[in-house]
Amino acid sequence: MTLERQERRLGWGLVAPALVWTGAFFALPFLAMVALSFAHMEGRTVVRGFDAGNYVRAFTDWTMVKALVNSLEITLIVTAVSVLLAYPLAAIIAFRVPARWQRLALLMAVLPFWTSYVVRSYAWLLVLGQKGVVNTTLLALGLIAEPLQMASTRFATVTGFVHFFVMLLTLTIYANLIQLSPNYLRAAADLGAGRWQVFRHVVLPLTLPGVVTGAFLTFVLCIGDYITPQILGGNTELTLPQLIMLQMGRSGNFPLASALSVVLMGIVTLAYLASARWVRLDRV
Amino acid sequence: MTPRQMLPATAFGLIVMAVPSFAQELNALVWCDHTDPALVAPFEEKFGVKVNVKEYEGTAAGLAILDQSQPGDWDVMVIDAVDVGRAVEAGRLAEIPADALPTGDFFPELVMPENNVVGGKTYAVTEKFGYNTISYDKTKVDPADMEDMAVLTGGKYDGRIGIYDYYLPVLGLVALGQGMKTADINADTLPKLKEPLMALRKASKQVSDVVSSQTALATGEVDIVVGGGEWLTAVLAADNPNLDWTIPKQGGLRWAQSIGVVAGTTQPDLALEFVKYIVSPEGQARLATASCYWGMPANAKAGDVLTPEQKTVLRWDQQPEFLKRSQLYPIPDAATDTAMQDMWTEMLNQ
Repeated sequence: MTLERQERRLGWGLVAPALVWTGAFFALPFLAMVALSFAHMEGRTVVRGFDAGNYVRAFTDWTMVKALVNSLEITLIVTAVSVLLAYPLAAIIAFRVPARWQRLALLMAVLPFWTSYVVRSYAWLLVLGQKGVVNTTLLALGLIAEPLQMASTRFATVTGFVHFFVMLLTLTIYANLIQLSPNYLRAAADLGAGRWQVFRHVVLPLTLPGVVTGAFLTFVLCIGDYITPQILGGNTELTLPQLIMLQMGRSGNFPLASALSVVLMGIVTLAYLASARWVRLDRV
Repeated sequence: MTPRQMLPATAFGLIVMAVPSFAQELNALVWCDHTDPALVAPFEEKFGVKVNVKEYEGTAAGLAILDQSQPGDWDVMVIDAVDVGRAVEAGRLAEIPADALPTGDFFPELVMPENNVVGGKTYAVTEKFGYNTISYDKTKVDPADMEDMAVLTGGKYDGRIGIYDYYLPVLGLVALGQGMKTADINADTLPKLKEPLMALRKASKQVSDVVSSQTALATGEVDIVVGGGEWLTAVLAADNPNLDWTIPKQGGLRWAQSIGVVAGTTQPDLALEFVKYIVSPEGQARLATASCYWGMPANAKAGDVLTPEQKTVLRWDQQPEFLKRSQLYPIPDAATDTAMQDMWTEMLNQ
């Protein structure tokens, strides 16, 4: 046996567990879901077959389309706001915080990760409530006369999401910023670039992979999340994952739920293709 | 074996002995009230078994779990009383001996043979019931207003109403508000409920699950919960005595949950013992006051076990009147059920 063949065998041997794992727990279930999405319901019974009706409904039924639009709107808002908040935070930690304190600063930034996601969502419900700390403070300061309606709104959903994803984005952006050689910044400054020009033409392009990677992960996790809009949104509007859960938990309409899930995966795939040029998962 | 080698072996042996071992395990597919250790522990002690509980929400989800399981995986199942027939039709419940159940001690309306008995065979027994009506904070609203459902969409309480996120009871309440019996909801009559449902939605602030509804009522986020009842406010009563509930003049919905033995169980005797324990006066009192939510026990003999304070919260003495004024959940056929859920989804996304 040649050395090359031996190496190839070794390579396949090392990759095999991951391939088996991905095949068994992703590819096969996904194919089963796609197959189920072409089934339809007769009464309360799932009838297997090839019926594209669920997909037609997903894109023509006003309720489904609205849920899709709501999901996209919320996800885009959350992604944009999270990037805008996380970038300065990561930059402050990377450039302003002394090196020996950076680890502690990062720890503080990710501390909320340590609490349960569900508990954190319910906590936001209390914070944003009529008697919550935000309304109480604003009332005490005389800035508002009546409590603001914040809980059970899209604002609450976005707030809950942003709180979570700012932490994630801070980590991915920080990982890029810290790798940036100070010499680039000095060279740009020597050549007469102002602070904004240094940021615009040197720092931002070099950290873009980290930003896009974080933004992509935010997009994927946010658009598929059920818990936050369910708890914080107060069902004032439906998102796609909520609609999928309604089909599964209430109606038992697994074919439609599968079709909607495939649509969701299609959106995530499109998001990946749009950002693939910059996505660097090794920077996460 | 040297003393040094014996030490870890002895320690291991002591640990093994310290962990309680059960000869048998009982697997129960339940609602959250059955997860209360205070309910399950006495049975475990008496029979020396471990009861593994898995919580589920919605009959469709429960039946899907059974679909994906092997026969014998599950021994008992708690199910919405109106869905017993559906589970029997799907072959998911086993017959249980009617004479082993103390239904003679039950509130007569809660024996519910029309639900628990199919083709002359008993498949389940009612274990707990209550009402989906109107819960409210009596310091924030006029309690007299809560006696009339029409007030809710009259503008006075706009933005102060929460709706319990379950289509069957709320659509049932909307039907009662329109003078329609819950049993008369079908594909032909359902469209009449759309406008009043949307009007209720317009007047409301949120549509939420049990915990969120409780949180909203307790924190003053909303002052009224449509679809609420003793199950929503009773667990909060100790900390917030201002929370109350009533059945308006148009009536209320009566919910009931049943328990049965899952078809294919490998230990039918133990499963039946669990069912018998749950409907015994002691089991019923514990189930009625379980930590997740309270509700009336189906067995009236539980009144001998409950404390006077617990009975006050449950409105024990008013049950004859409440039972008279309440109607059962609608039992839609598959097509009507789908139409009801579509209407509900549309309402959520309004």
